[in-house]
Amino acid sequence: MINLLLLPVLIPFLFAAVLLLFPKKVKAQRVVTMIGLAFALASSIALLYKVKVNGVQALTLGSWAPPFGITMVSDMFSALLVTSSLLIALFVVWYSFTSIEEEREKAFYYPAILFMLTGVNGAFTTGDIFNMFVFFEVLLMSSYVLIVLGGEKIQLKESIKYIIVNIVSSSLFVITVGYLYSVVGTLNMADISVKLAEIGPSGIVTVIAVLFLIVFGIKGGIFPLFFWLPGSYGAPPIPVLALFGALLTKVGVYAIMRTYTLFFTTDVGYTHNLLMILSILTIVVGCIGALAYFNVKQIIIYNIVIAVGVILFGASVMNESGMMGSVFYLIHDILIKGALFLLIGIIIKITGTSDLRKMGGLMKRYPLLAWVYLIVAFGLAGIPPLSGFIGKLLIVQGGFEGDLLWQSIFILASSLLVLLSAIRIFIYAFWGEEKGQHLISKEKYRHLLAPAITLASLTVLYGVGAEYLVPFMTDATNVLLDPSIYIDAVFEGVK
Amino acid sequence: MKTNDLIIQTTTKVVFFIIFLFSIHIFFAGHYTPGGGFVGGLVMSSAIVLLMLAFDLKTVQDMLPVNYTVITAIGLIISLLTAAGSIFFNVPFFTHVYDYFNLPLLGETSIHTAMFFDTGVYLVVVGVTMNIIQMIGGDE
Repeated sequence: MINLLLLPVLIPFLFAAVLLLFPKKVKAQRVVTMIGLAFALASSIALLYKVKVNGVQALTLGSWAPPFGITMVSDMFSALLVTSSLLIALFVVWYSFTSIEEEREKAFYYPAILFMLTGVNGAFTTGDIFNMFVFFEVLLMSSYVLIVLGGEKIQLKESIKYIIVNIVSSSLFVITVGYLYSVVGTLNMADISVKLAEIGPSGIVTVIAVLFLIVFGIKGGIFPLFFWLPGSYGAPPIPVLALFGALLTKVGVYAIMRTYTLFFTTDVGYTHNLLMILSILTIVVGCIGALAYFNVKQIIIYNIVIAVGVILFGASVMNESGMMGSVFYLIHDILIKGALFLLIGIIIKITGTSDLRKMGGLMKRYPLLAWVYLIVAFGLAGIPPLSGFIGKLLIVQGGFEGDLLWQSIFILASSLLVLLSAIRIFIYAFWGEEKGQHLISKEKYRHLLAPAITLASLTVLYGVGAEYLVPFMTDATNVLLDPSIYIDAVFEGVK
Repeated sequence: MKTNDLIIQTTTKVVFFIIFLFSIHIFFAGHYTPGGGFVGGLVMSSAIVLLMLAFDLKTVQDMLPVNYTVITAIGLIISLLTAAGSIFFNVPFFTHVYDYFNLPLLGETSIHTAMFFDTGVYLVVVGVTMNIIQMIGGDE
């Protein structure tokens, strides 16, 4: 089954196309979406197993020989990301059954989610830089639908900003790919890596590296290109926000990590230092934002920005501990941000506001929600043995090994600020006098809590069972640090 | 105000079919020469747009009572399944095959799986273009 690596991309696509046939039948839409996601998840787990046993999987479409055809490559890093993105989508869709209004469900909500997953998984899997642009467009188109769906005033306002920012960054993406093509004469990522290594350090390559950083930085939300993110992500309803927050920025982060380990390794002194400085600044800005707001959505959104900084810092040091920490932290962040958004979604549904000052005393009536939130908040900050701990530990260890003493200490200190920002929500929302009205029925509350709790327990398992994940993470790290594994897999049997 | 659109309406009734047949021609021409599903689909949608200009949105919708979203979806499914056929033969995705068949009337004809893929593209292009035009044109 050599096409296995394509199934996580194709299955959501097929089901999305089928869903277009009967948009008004909400029940059928829900069932078909869940079936599609379950199939896709099963295929991605099979892929994960296959990559673990047989090593990197590569396939060039249409039976062309690489580098002429479009190559799809699935190494451990991308297989892990594909699996976690399908997992998070499964929970978000489950949560949407109760959370999203029927009008939205009738207006192509589920097909848009599945098309977006096609794009996300495609971008994680592709081994062709122009094809990556195409998959970026697929996921962006669907995210335009999701951000504007419902047509509230704030959504319309923010979606214009979102679309303009993304159109600009997408055209910059094509321009940058054009520059790269004119230097190396190929679009196949493995081939680019070989050609760039032959060229060695040169000014134009560094320029292209920085341009790629700008392109993916806009998508990923690094300093100073994250300006659109807090506003745009705050506009759509919670399940969409959970998907965006957990997945979309991660695609940008993935692309930075991929290009900065596979392509631009010749002038590390400049490019990776720049990445390191920007990631530290990203954390600073994220911390300020996370502490400054009284809006729960904004607090968690700024926590996305912090996480992007932490992951990229780990990647920028380019040693084994740092890179492994980044991979650990990236998967952790997908899961934990999903769980957090689902939980604060429940808080917002109960109180009818996202302003911390207008809520309080939820502990008395919703103790389970409170404790689950607390566990997830601890996981976010990285308190052992929860999920954020191992990743951050390895990243900081990598920082020390790379002689980045102050930066590493700063990362540690930022965890405290992250904890503070998450605990502020706990204190304001759950402690104190009961305030405001309680807007949802017991039944609805249970329906919303079930996916959130399941996801939260998964994050706990991820932290506690980190030992069992180490072999997978080691494989992912090895491919990132040693591009020849990736290149050999693509050109296997050709050269 | 009542505009006099007799000439354009009469012409359209004839020209529509010419454009429609031309789009089919372009579609099949794409087998070996420039053309194909994408261009063919665009030509077909331009024929429908001409109808809309000559008559009006409502009349055309009564004339061609089709849901363009469904057409798009069917096109996507056809394309995807054609390409996915390669999965069952365990060759890389998108691998196409062709052979020569003796068809009645046409004689020896080469049939290529890429043609079925292109049929999907044709339907998607018509579906999406008409959806967009109806949506914008339907707004007052």
